[in-house]
Amino acid sequence: MIRIEDLSRDWKEFKLTHINLEVEAGEYFVILGPSGSGKTMLLELIAGIWYPDTGKIYINDKEVTLLPPEQRGVGFVYQNYMLFPHKNVFENISFGLSLRKRDKEEIKNEVSGMMDLFGISHLANRMPRTLSGGEQQRTALARALIIYPKLLLMDEPLSALDRITREELIVEMKGINKKFNTTIIHVTHNFDEALALADRIAILRHGEISQVGDSTEIFRHPKDKFVADFVGVENIIAGIASEGGGQLTVVDTGNILIYSAEQKVGKVNITVRPEDITLSMEKVSTSARNVFKGPVKEIIDQGALIKLTIDVGEPLVVFLTRQSFLDMELNIGKNVWAYFKATAVHLF
Amino acid sequence: MRKLDHTTIFFVFMGSFLVLFILIPIANLMVSSNLNSIISNLQNSAVIGAIWVSVYSALIATILAVIFGVPLAYILARHDFAFKGFIESIIDVPIVIPHTVSGIALLLVFTSSGILGGPFSNLGITFVNALPGVIICMLFVSSSFVVNSAREGFENVDPRMEKVARTLGSGSMRTFFVISLPLSLRSIVVGSIMCWARAISEFGSIVILAYYPLTAPTLIYQQFENFSLSGATSISVILISLCLAVFVVVRLLIRGWGVYDTD
Repeated sequence: MIRIEDLSRDWKEFKLTHINLEVEAGEYFVILGPSGSGKTMLLELIAGIWYPDTGKIYINDKEVTLLPPEQRGVGFVYQNYMLFPHKNVFENISFGLSLRKRDKEEIKNEVSGMMDLFGISHLANRMPRTLSGGEQQRTALARALIIYPKLLLMDEPLSALDRITREELIVEMKGINKKFNTTIIHVTHNFDEALALADRIAILRHGEISQVGDSTEIFRHPKDKFVADFVGVENIIAGIASEGGGQLTVVDTGNILIYSAEQKVGKVNITVRPEDITLSMEKVSTSARNVFKGPVKEIIDQGALIKLTIDVGEPLVVFLTRQSFLDMELNIGKNVWAYFKATAVHLF
Repeated sequence: MRKLDHTTIFFVFMGSFLVLFILIPIANLMVSSNLNSIISNLQNSAVIGAIWVSVYSALIATILAVIFGVPLAYILARHDFAFKGFIESIIDVPIVIPHTVSGIALLLVFTSSGILGGPFSNLGITFVNALPGVIICMLFVSSSFVVNSAREGFENVDPRMEKVARTLGSGSMRTFFVISLPLSLRSIVVGSIMCWARAISEFGSIVILAYYPLTAPTLIYQQFENFSLSGATSISVILISLCLAVFVVVRLLIRGWGVYDTD
């Protein structure tokens, strides 16, 4: 679908060096990287807004490296939506069609269909400044999709939204990917977003791709310390998921049962962020669904934080502040209780 | 009721100085003029003619400033290039040099033997003591208002908005006309009003390059020189009223217009 060969561009404080990437048709591809890594510039190079210093870009085997953006058929969605403030929602969405000299009635039908799809039909006459973030981003998505782009580029599309809207949009964007069979390249610094959406992930650092793979590969086999640190994953446990009743999923790891609020069945990996796990010396009553007891296996002093590994049947990594570590008088072999909520358990 | 602290009271006291300093002479000018004299001046074809020359020439100068200034403003807002600072300074030079100096500089190149006046005189256009001379004096001293204001307008349009329009199939020229220009129109209009007002008030360079046809400021100066302070006062009042009226009307027209900021 899209092939990038040895792409480089050096511009102001941003730099991309020797980028090679291939994204398959219909794939949801996430480029993950910290800010300043050149993610936006890479997307804008693919869209044709800039031209590279060296290298080539192919879309459907046709070279487009020097083609202007209006001839590429590539949709673009930015973090801050970039709706045209002087046009209402309808006019924003129909923008791409009205340039194509389509019949008025036809435009109206297509735009209505698109607004229905995103549940924003009631907003047709509203101006962008009166919309919420989620409504703006839905409008921006509809505007990009109305031309049925072969490729949809999204630059941090969820970063400006609150958590609930973000989760709703994650579902919608996955749906778009399937329904329109659009190839999507989505850029973000948020690993959870990548996990939820990506078929494959590329890690971008200092303008270089340091790893490409599906989420499990990147999770389980981070190629270097940067990737491992950046994805920030400590507790990954494989298991078999089944319905646990009461909206919960129970995952059997072979050694322990872990409850998650996410719905999934079959072979899964679970992750729990170390900061979501609490420890205590005595058993306490808690609303947390996951309660385990086990001995401390390892203590690593990381300065401000102490990293503990606790063997509860599976190794669990937990961070403690130095003060709580001293208060608890922990040492190797000592038994502790570990608690975490079902909502803190992520399945992928 | 909001309690005023000492700082606010002190600053208001200091700040009112400039407001009064500007307001008092203008208000005094308006009230001290003789109504009969104003009416007789309004019936005087020389006075009306001079005001017309001012208004009309300033309008042409403003249109020229928009036609040539808006593209320049867009380039300055969107691109970085060598000598950009130099070009920006050139645009601002007419603001900082004395207007009589501008007049001398224009006179040297726009006489019929000058490097710019020569080719134009072959086309039958002369500048010295002619309407085109008035217009170029006005354009010289006031075009920077359009350039600077339009530039600010363009800088406030997020370039990413233009990029999105491009990806949706809009060419770069069309994107300028349907996205960038409408969103900066308010700044361009405000700049144009400033340009027009500054053009009407131009005197120093016009006196040197094109004393005739008489513009309103030149006529006021002529009346004053001929020991007719009351004549000069009446024409001043007419001119001020006209400018304020246009200023207020355009301000009202663009009120709330083209303000799209979300917050």
